[in-house]
Amino acid sequence: MGDHSHGSPDDSGTVAKAGAGDLDKFQDPGLPPHRKRLADTDPHAEKRAERQVALLFIISIIGTLSFFIAYFVLGRPEDISEIRLQNAMLGLGTTFAMLGIGIGIVHWAKTLMPDHEISELRHEIRPEADRQDAEQIINQVVEEMGIARRPLIRNTLIGAIALAPIPAIFMFRDLDRSGKNAGAMVEQLRHTMWDTNVRLTRDPSGTPIKAADVQLGSVFHVIPEGLNDLEDPLNEKAKAVVLLMRLDPALMHVSEERKDWHHDGIVAYSKICTHVGCPVALYEQQTHHLLCPCHQSTFDLTQECKVIFGPAGRPLPQLPITVDSDGFLVAQSDFHEPVGPSYWERGSN
Amino acid sequence: MKALSQRRRHPLAAVALLLMGLLITGGLYMAAGSVNEAKAATGYSASDIQEGNKLFVANCATCHGMNAEGSADGPSLIGVGAAAVDFQVGTGRMPMQMQGPQAQAKPVQFDDAQISQLAAYVSSLGAGPSIPSEDMLDTSQGNAAAGGTVFRVNCAMCHNAAAAGGALTRGKFAPSLAEVSEKHIYEAMVTGPQNMPVFNDSNVTAEEKRDVITFLKEIEAQGSPGGAKLGSLGPVSEGLFIWTAGLGIIIAFTIWLTSRPS
Amino acid sequence: MSTTTEYTPKTSTGRIANFVDSRVGGSAMVKEFGRKIFPDHWSFMFGEVALYTFVLLLISGTFLTFFFDPSMTHVIYDGSYNPLKGIGMSAAMSSTMDISFDVRGGLFMRQVHHWSALLFVASVSVHMLRVFFTGAFRKPRELNWVVGGLLLIMAMAAGFTGYSLPDDLLSGNGLRIIDGVIKSIPLVGTYISLFLFGGEFPGTVVIARLYSLHIMIVPAIILLLVAVHLFMVVVHKHTQYPGPGRTNDNVVGFPVGPVYAAKAGGFFFIVFGIVALISGLFTINPIWNYGPYDPSPVSAGTQPDWYIGFVDGALRLMPGTLGNFSLDWNIPLPWGDNSLVLNVLLPALVPAGIMFTIMFTWPWIERWVTKDEREHHLLDRPRNAPFRTGMGVAGVVSYCVMWAAASSDLIATHFHVSLNDVTYWLRALFFIGPIVGFIVARRIALSLQRKDREIVLHGRETGVIQMSPEGTFTERHEPLDPYKLHQLVNYEDRQYIPAQPDAAGHISADEKRRGALSRFFFEDRVAPVTPSELAAQHAAHGHGPAEIEDSSTESIEK
Repeated sequence: MGDHSHGSPDDSGTVAKAGAGDLDKFQDPGLPPHRKRLADTDPHAEKRAERQVALLFIISIIGTLSFFIAYFVLGRPEDISEIRLQNAMLGLGTTFAMLGIGIGIVHWAKTLMPDHEISELRHEIRPEADRQDAEQIINQVVEEMGIARRPLIRNTLIGAIALAPIPAIFMFRDLDRSGKNAGAMVEQLRHTMWDTNVRLTRDPSGTPIKAADVQLGSVFHVIPEGLNDLEDPLNEKAKAVVLLMRLDPALMHVSEERKDWHHDGIVAYSKICTHVGCPVALYEQQTHHLLCPCHQSTFDLTQECKVIFGPAGRPLPQLPITVDSDGFLVAQSDFHEPVGPSYWERGSN
Repeated sequence: MKALSQRRRHPLAAVALLLMGLLITGGLYMAAGSVNEAKAATGYSASDIQEGNKLFVANCATCHGMNAEGSADGPSLIGVGAAAVDFQVGTGRMPMQMQGPQAQAKPVQFDDAQISQLAAYVSSLGAGPSIPSEDMLDTSQGNAAAGGTVFRVNCAMCHNAAAAGGALTRGKFAPSLAEVSEKHIYEAMVTGPQNMPVFNDSNVTAEEKRDVITFLKEIEAQGSPGGAKLGSLGPVSEGLFIWTAGLGIIIAFTIWLTSRPS
Repeated sequence: MSTTTEYTPKTSTGRIANFVDSRVGGSAMVKEFGRKIFPDHWSFMFGEVALYTFVLLLISGTFLTFFFDPSMTHVIYDGSYNPLKGIGMSAAMSSTMDISFDVRGGLFMRQVHHWSALLFVASVSVHMLRVFFTGAFRKPRELNWVVGGLLLIMAMAAGFTGYSLPDDLLSGNGLRIIDGVIKSIPLVGTYISLFLFGGEFPGTVVIARLYSLHIMIVPAIILLLVAVHLFMVVVHKHTQYPGPGRTNDNVVGFPVGPVYAAKAGGFFFIVFGIVALISGLFTINPIWNYGPYDPSPVSAGTQPDWYIGFVDGALRLMPGTLGNFSLDWNIPLPWGDNSLVLNVLLPALVPAGIMFTIMFTWPWIERWVTKDEREHHLLDRPRNAPFRTGMGVAGVVSYCVMWAAASSDLIATHFHVSLNDVTYWLRALFFIGPIVGFIVARRIALSLQRKDREIVLHGRETGVIQMSPEGTFTERHEPLDPYKLHQLVNYEDRQYIPAQPDAAGHISADEKRRGALSRFFFEDRVAPVTPSELAAQHAAHGHGPAEIEDSSTESIEK
């Protein structure tokens, strides 16, 4: 800015001054006359207010005492309804203890302390004299340092300071505790526990599933066999959970390369949403839709889990399955694409 | 009336009016919801089946067909079993009032004997899940913690972790399980009503179903330890509460605090 | 530092005070603050609510740290809560269960902590809305507005890091969503996710890491920012609403000692009492319902706490595909494909980014458009700044649409409508809502200004009907007292300033843009009544409505 040639005549930084048009402006009548309170004029009202304040403080004392009663008399409740009672009584005790003090003090301030509004002048935030003094001091400091005259010192210092924090950034490299190199770290996102002949088992019991168990309209929440034996099962579980459903083969639109991936209408799809990774666990058995409860992405099971609504951008990955010689459902292989939310390195498979 | 017309100009009048409106709306909303229970007998006689057939022709055949073979308006009932009838009719879902996204629970239309006769007729059409025995519903034999685990994996995504219900696509929803009888919970699991998947015994065993029922009945009976549960709807109701009630009380206090006493 | 006449206090309190004073110089502080004036208005109290809930958070949070174990080690729960007995969970979840059921008052403290957190962020938000709609951010307070914005962000960060700590099913799925959002960031997202979780999601370290952020770094930053914020309040002195006797040069109110200190101090106890009441009677985050985190289960109605809700809502509103084009886009690059996850990246970053950018830069935008370089200590009533009120409402509407979207499933079930329809409507509202909000709010503000003019020119309606000797009925209007009148005429009359040529007579593109914005904001305005207008009105007495158009005598450019 700084272009004031056309603007109002007053300088920047000062409060609004009367302009030409302000001649036709209402005068400030000043503060309205002070109105006296009941307690200012009536000694009874004053006495009453005093008693009210004291009563509020006494209520606070009672509140604190009732907190102790709730704490000690109810002791260590075992029963849920007693825990609820204790929680409510601790809360109410604290409420009275605090509100008694708070309302008491405020009531005291409102009724008995002076209620004359006082006007105080504002001060300039930066007086011009101070600014000049400060400028002089800074100039002197810069001059005595001589930093402007010694560019060699200045430039090397800038270099050193710019470089010094960089190690701190690298210190964080080992936040990743897997000990893998960058490529391997990203690569692990592509693979799950599923492999040839890994049995499909029930979540969470880990018992295998026979093809005959899966009836039309039912849904099985599935984990790979052996998952529960892992030391840290959750990491693998977060990628490997699968939904198993049986469809009438007449309803299915199966693409050529996936025609062997289902077993007699039994299909397995990743349970991890391709949007941001919530479990897509809601199966509507009549519409054959899978719905994610977090962001409502909807997948059509009859169209190889194509997205038909919501924010997901990719179909759920399908797990190719078959049955082993004992009649249990097994995976043919791992998923053919990474499961879960997309990431930069994912690419098209 | 004079006092009223004077006070309507008071700055708090709008607030009071708003509060009143909210209270009335809320009250009307709460005055809704009754759940009915029905007991069913086992072992059907020929006369039960015959009576059931009559009831069926009179009340159900319009949509499900004269011989329960199904039509454009309703599915075939051959092989759905007695449990499906007992659930659908016993919770008032059937007969449906009108076609909609899904059949909803409402006051039961038939008495226990009639429901039993209908169940007898439908179960005579083809084998299907039968009404569970008392033993399968006995919560004193169940394990609530194990049931909770099964519930979270298989049920919570639709019915909510506290069984408060949830939304499905296009107007369908999973209902709240509060105050649903043990028998109806069991029957829903074995028959998969509407869009609910079927959980047959090879998926969730009979014992696990009993555990789930035990879990549901236990969390229902114990109540909420922390106080009023705000519908068990999670952070949305908590956020709504703090913005309305919480900030409302705070603002009331700030207005009192900065007002001048008389 | 020697004094000629040694002061000897008479009471013991006096002796202690004198001891401290003679060593640190407390007298100067008492002189500076003891009778400092603070204006009194209910809308000025939200900052205090924020400060006090933060104090409550520190108190209750410290208590919780004594019992909480931020470890993801697998343990078997063996506490009092039967429906989870014997279930495997992390030590974090197990210790939170113990706080709730096996530490007396632990459940109460947890609920105080969580309710305070919700109230903290809510009061910061309301405080910022108050500052925005009254124009309190104007010179010289722009920097304090920015500090306030940073405080809002840090409050959200504190809330989010705390939300995840119990390692329950709800917060675990929340973390999973965060993981998905982080992974969508191009080039570095995958690595940030792997580093944050110490490997693949969920790993075994993230709770401990969030814990150190939650109890050390984030509160330390908040404390620092609060100190800066309050320091600047002291430097600037508080703003005040316009009114008789209240000018840009003074501050009218109560002195700190005793009235303001008593009210503000008492208010802390009131806020504490309210939080205690809510915490005693209403449950919050019942983790025992959700159960331990496991990547397979999920609960219907999985939502974040309210302050993250708008991001979650934006994620829900964004369609994943446009026609046949998937926004989860594989970009063909020379070395192969990379994924640009626009369906996550855009909603997670763009709305929040735009909102915070406009919020932080608004003081400068407004200053630039209005060419107003003066200091402002008098607030605007929101109706007297229709353009700003309109912009603020537009922002609030767009926030609320996203917010509502985060509960689309609950809207669907509770109002018996289709989930999909709710989403379609909210998508439309996301674009239309802010525009309608701007227009409606600005028009309402202008109408209220007109109403003020009416009242000034015609007086207050008394409701008394009188019959003239000729038999006509009129309502008697009473002239305003000078105090009320002053309140209605004394406001900043902002006007359209067309683009100005610079010294060389050239109008820069920047200046043209400013001119266009100025026209957009200020073309429609209602000027305050002038004494001469009022006199003319009285002279004409009762001839038609007052002229409310811009009168040329008072425009800034001649």
